[in-house]
Amino acid sequence: MDTFLWIVRVGAIILLIWGVAGTVVQGLSGQGPTGEAWRDLVVAGIAQGAMYGLIALGYSMVYGVLGFINFAHGEVFMSGGMVGFFVANYLWEVRLWETNFVLAILLVLLSSILTSTLVAVIVERIAYRPLRASPRLIPLITSIGISFFLQYTFAGLFGVAVKNYPPPPDSLRSRVSLLGLEIEGSKLLVIVVAVATMVGLYLFVEKTRTGRSIRAVAEDKEIAALMGIDVNRTIVATFAVGGAMAGVAGTLWALLFRGVSFITGFLPGIKAFTAAVLGGIGNLPGAMAGGVLLGLFEGVGPQLVLAGFGIPGVSQLKDVVAFTALVLVLIFKPTGLFGERLSAEDRA
Amino acid sequence: MIGVRRIGLVSLCLFLVTVGCGQGQSQPGSDDPPSATSAVDSVETDRAAPEVSEFLPGPLGAVEVAPGQEIQIRSLNTITGVTAFAGIPNQRGVELAIADYGPIAGRSVSLGTPFDDLCSPEGGQSAAQTIVADPTVVGVIGTTCSSSAAAAMPLISGAGMVMISPSNASPWLTSDLAGNAGSAYLPGYFRTCYNGLVQGRAVAAFVRDHLGFDRAATIHDGDAFTQGLARSFADAFEGLGGVVTAVAAVNKGDTDMIGVLTGVEPGSPQAVFLPIFMPEGGFVAQQIGGVSGLERVTLVGAAPLLVDNFMELPESEGVFLSGPDLRYGSNRNSITGASADDFLAAYEAAYGEAPSTGFWAHAYDAAIMLLRAIDRVAVEVDGTLYIDRQTLREELHRTSFDGITGSITCDEYGDCGAQRIAVVQHTDSRDVEAGKNNVVFEYAP
Repeated sequence: MDTFLWIVRVGAIILLIWGVAGTVVQGLSGQGPTGEAWRDLVVAGIAQGAMYGLIALGYSMVYGVLGFINFAHGEVFMSGGMVGFFVANYLWEVRLWETNFVLAILLVLLSSILTSTLVAVIVERIAYRPLRASPRLIPLITSIGISFFLQYTFAGLFGVAVKNYPPPPDSLRSRVSLLGLEIEGSKLLVIVVAVATMVGLYLFVEKTRTGRSIRAVAEDKEIAALMGIDVNRTIVATFAVGGAMAGVAGTLWALLFRGVSFITGFLPGIKAFTAAVLGGIGNLPGAMAGGVLLGLFEGVGPQLVLAGFGIPGVSQLKDVVAFTALVLVLIFKPTGLFGERLSAEDRA
Repeated sequence: MIGVRRIGLVSLCLFLVTVGCGQGQSQPGSDDPPSATSAVDSVETDRAAPEVSEFLPGPLGAVEVAPGQEIQIRSLNTITGVTAFAGIPNQRGVELAIADYGPIAGRSVSLGTPFDDLCSPEGGQSAAQTIVADPTVVGVIGTTCSSSAAAAMPLISGAGMVMISPSNASPWLTSDLAGNAGSAYLPGYFRTCYNGLVQGRAVAAFVRDHLGFDRAATIHDGDAFTQGLARSFADAFEGLGGVVTAVAAVNKGDTDMIGVLTGVEPGSPQAVFLPIFMPEGGFVAQQIGGVSGLERVTLVGAAPLLVDNFMELPESEGVFLSGPDLRYGSNRNSITGASADDFLAAYEAAYGEAPSTGFWAHAYDAAIMLLRAIDRVAVEVDGTLYIDRQTLREELHRTSFDGITGSITCDEYGDCGAQRIAVVQHTDSRDVEAGKNNVVFEYAP
């Protein structure tokens, strides 16, 4: 088995080097993307990855506390983006979106956070709490059911068509200079807000009483309860914080892509779960880093690796690249990039 | 605990009621069927089927309709999901056509439960499986999407049924218009939509001759329709002396288009032909301005983007859109007498809104084409109506009448529609109708 894995690892490295070398040769012969194009790919990858990271935090926090994957978390993200659309549309109609965009986007952000938080807390209360003593597979299957329930509830309530957010102001659509790089304003804003949110969450978990409670419950629920921590309230707080992160991601999604529909949460949800696994599930900095790396893999990977093999239409294979990257990371480091090696008892 | 369960139950009820309301909106009132011909008063009278003493079914079998039973046809269109806007007008066009045509040989025509092609191969195949399991079904109006048709037709054709699509354009489903069957062609398939090859040639002529560009790229999404259209454009464009700098592809469901656009940029195309659907087409239009080197590229879309939710995007301003020439003028369906204006008035009266895409007239003509053929081949023996499947196919191939969309005449591979393409330029996202009518180029082979 070790020999087989060793062969796979060596083969993967050779293929990676081969692909990158092919791309470099293409670039030197003037056939590949320009320097500006590479810059755009990297920035877009980081911006997309930052969103994956924010959503991944919810997966990772719930896994850390309850030990199961909440597959409905993608829909928690979608619900924020969807309600944010209606608020944005109203603000557009009353012209606040155009006259005071900062206030307007803050209101949209607030509505998105509140919605996602509320949905996450309600889902925990109705669907997961009654199953807390059940085997882990039961809430996992329930979460898939909740995911579809939320999707089709939103489809029934608001229709299936894509809802388009109003256009952002020109300042966000034009490029701004940062360290000599010309970066699109909206992407820079997304990255800045995502990083600030991630740092805020890290400080919340590390420095506040609620954060300490969350960490204690994640460590051992029974001992935490004996120490006077209200486990139920802490679990609700975990879902609420994860939901709030998804709400922020919903607004950032709107800034980047402007379209939201009832299935908007599905693929980003899967990708965010992948990011959480990539970074080491249960580890918050790992989820953040996993998200950014996954965004970079799927943004830059197809052009950087696959184009070197002369494969046409490589951008269509970005999901292949992203999930292959996940497989490779797990082959090289089965616990994820920042995950801890678990004991046999914990793995069970 | 009980309170929480009650909330859950109430939520579930709310959901079911909501879904129920949504479905109800797509159905015409059963007591008062909508009609596009009430204004013109020219619907064919119900004629009796010829009585014969004996009926021998052909090699494909026959449908028996006992006295008092309905003639069964089915609608197979995209009626859920994010592309439902494309299929719902098709289904409604069929409903209006059935109401206008009236009974056949004393039997009313039933559409049964509408089927959903999901605009995907899986959806088309799954629905077709259910349709062919019912031997009373005579024919199908659908699908909305070519990829669904390619997956459904092996089952439909194998069961001896016929299918007439109002909006499939993929050349693979019929022929190359030079006498060679398409790779997905199967007997029993017909369409009132144009062949995508014609649209590809139209867009190529527009980009090369009208805009004067000599470098263009295409972006498809991998399905039969978009890929076929991108290829027919590329072939025609190169035939006119242009250079296709890239043939790129996105995945359905993609939101980040920077990667694919970055792959398109090195060839410095002057135009990008984009025969893809919403929402992917919208994301391309929104993001292309942020890709270095593509800020001023001209976008040319196809019929899937000739829809309200694309044209309402501010970034859609300036985009050229190719699709069916909707200037039907005084055209009337020669069977029912309905004109486009009659149809649109009936549509709005029945459904409370205008059609969201441009293939409603094709759907109406497709349904009339099927009903007329059934009417012509049905025979009655001792009160039982027989519809021979082989004879029905042959009759459909002999189709010749004037539809709202123009002359409906079928070739040997089932291309029956008027091959007229228009290119419009959309200039104001707040006035979608003006954009749809702003024809800047027209093409007919």
